[in-house]
Amino acid sequence: MVTNKITPQPAALGRGGQQAVNPELAINQADPWRSLPVRVKRLSIEAPSVFTVELAFCDTHNQSNYRFAPGQFNMLYVPGVGEAAISIAGRSSTGALLHTIRAVGSVTQAIETAGVGFPLGLRGPFGTAWPLEMLAGTNPPGDLVVASGGIGIAPLRAVVETIVHERSNFGRVSVLVGARTSADLLYRHDHDQWRQSNIDVQLTVDRADENWQGQVGVVTLLIDRLTLPSPATTQVMTCGPEVMMRYVAKSAMARGIPAENIWVTLERNMNCAIGLCGHCQLGPEFICKDGPVFPYQRVARWLSVHDF
Amino acid sequence: MQFKIAKTELDRLVAALQCQGYTVLGPRIEDSAIVYAEVNSRADLPQGYRDSQEPGKYRVRPAEHDNYFEFNLGPHSWKQFLFPPKVTVATGVLSSTGWAFSTPQSPPPKYAFLGVRACELAAIAIQDRVFLQGPYVDPIYQARREAVLIIAVNCTVAAATCFCTSMHTGPTCTTGFDLALTELDDCFVVDVGSPRGTAILEKLNVELARAQEIEQAGALQQRAVDQIEKRLDTTNVHDLLLNSLDHPHWDEVAQRCLSCTNCTMVCPTCFCSSVAEVADLSGENVVRQRQWDSCFNLDFSYTAGGTVRNDRRSRFRQWLTHKLASWQDQFETSGCVGCGRCITWCPVGIDLTEEVDALRSQPSSDRMLPIVESPQSGPLHRTCQVRPAESGVSSGDE
Repeated sequence: MVTNKITPQPAALGRGGQQAVNPELAINQADPWRSLPVRVKRLSIEAPSVFTVELAFCDTHNQSNYRFAPGQFNMLYVPGVGEAAISIAGRSSTGALLHTIRAVGSVTQAIETAGVGFPLGLRGPFGTAWPLEMLAGTNPPGDLVVASGGIGIAPLRAVVETIVHERSNFGRVSVLVGARTSADLLYRHDHDQWRQSNIDVQLTVDRADENWQGQVGVVTLLIDRLTLPSPATTQVMTCGPEVMMRYVAKSAMARGIPAENIWVTLERNMNCAIGLCGHCQLGPEFICKDGPVFPYQRVARWLSVHDF
Repeated sequence: MQFKIAKTELDRLVAALQCQGYTVLGPRIEDSAIVYAEVNSRADLPQGYRDSQEPGKYRVRPAEHDNYFEFNLGPHSWKQFLFPPKVTVATGVLSSTGWAFSTPQSPPPKYAFLGVRACELAAIAIQDRVFLQGPYVDPIYQARREAVLIIAVNCTVAAATCFCTSMHTGPTCTTGFDLALTELDDCFVVDVGSPRGTAILEKLNVELARAQEIEQAGALQQRAVDQIEKRLDTTNVHDLLLNSLDHPHWDEVAQRCLSCTNCTMVCPTCFCSSVAEVADLSGENVVRQRQWDSCFNLDFSYTAGGTVRNDRRSRFRQWLTHKLASWQDQFETSGCVGCGRCITWCPVGIDLTEEVDALRSQPSSDRMLPIVESPQSGPLHRTCQVRPAESGVSSGDE
């Protein structure tokens, strides 16, 4: 029996010069098919058919050694059913890994119905991370606009969590959250904490019901009205439907934010997560290993091609 | 330095390899095709047979020679032994403490490949880049690849579907083998490619090849070059394809393509796969089996938000642009070695060299112009014709 060692990954440079960030891999690179046993510690409903699971490793060694960077994803495994690629939404106060999941397929529905205590497998983390170092590494720290649509807030929640913990490393931060209806807005219980950390949180919905008195309309409208004192040094991180991200990029550029400051995260069918199965290709990119986080400029050309 | 061995030495070669623990795999005739399977002596080889190939058609017939390797390629490639069509990647057992997961740790099979052609050596080198260059290495491919011994054979004839000269992969083997044979009428001229090759050769009755035999081997290799008529114009093919993503020709191909996946199954470099869950009745013992998959399958690009490539147009475009263009970005090599299998085994005879010509004949800058079919429209016009079904058994009958 091979133990899952922590194997540091040599710094791999993506073609666009973006560093593939795997700070410390819980997964053994020589044994990438091996899942680690985890259990569902808590399951909370976020919105209709959307829930968040807290996962803890069965092995305390794995629990204390697992590291991820915001933007990366795990392959969650229901033995006998299959795997699903789920981005890491952060950690709970007890250190459990948070994954926010929409129950749409056999794997995600199996996790939802099984509930607390359910034993699962996990491989990960995989993929590239949001470039937080572009913000925290400058003096003064850079400004950030986070723009999400629907469940696209999940991989960005881990970004906000990091900012809350290391607030002084970041400049102005706006989190723009779009959803279909107010019932589809995720992490509403987190918003007060974010605001207390001097983060500008703005919400908008496509369709307002009688419970909603906030903004109505697409998330790009919030970008159009945003206060942006220094657009040239502001980064944009966006996740949502591809068409939404293209319009977020367009709106951001119209506000003077350089194209190279815009970052997107993409979704494709993930099967192996290690760049070997071919499913997740977008032109020259393997979303699983070259992404899922990309500089917008690197993938904009391919996103504009229908059915590519 | 080149050597020669008598043809009867093939038996000693197979025995020597078996003695060292190798399972020897080589060409055999099964189900009217030359396939790769276990061979135990030269009697198993397709002596005196020749294949004939054209788009959508493959035949094996007795020929007027007694040679063992005077044919080209069948539907099999060596890919199936290094990247198996179905293989266990992981297992899980449920107990009261949760799942215990493991990955196969058994030693890989030890294969000796007999009769690997130059284009197939190139294909193995390409899959080495796919599976071994990282950041993640496929442990199953790696273990099998490290164990394999390769005895190559230089082609002395070419099929009508061969275009290795366009892809600069053949027909003569230059690297990636332990031994390479060129078959003359009465002997094999042998090139040594590695110390392991030398060690095997020492087990056989070997002589130095005479100048006349070396010259004859060269002439036979040149004969194969001269017989190759098919060309793939690779000039700037990367940009040509990726700048033609909205080209109307993709719609035209989609009317012929059946999305049957044959081209990807016979391709020696295609590497797409999916993992299937296989559980026993209790659900407490689970095996994860990786199987070959294809970008031509509808569910290949399925996501929660919908299927990305819904029609044959987008799936054929994905295959061709990946094979000839984006593969270069990913692995710094073309994904095509010019073996021609995808042409032969396409049930409707789609020929990628003609499809590239068609895209080239009307560059994407002109793509908004209506396509006018005229006798002068050249390759585009030619490929617009759907080939009539061949009578008799075709490669697509399965």
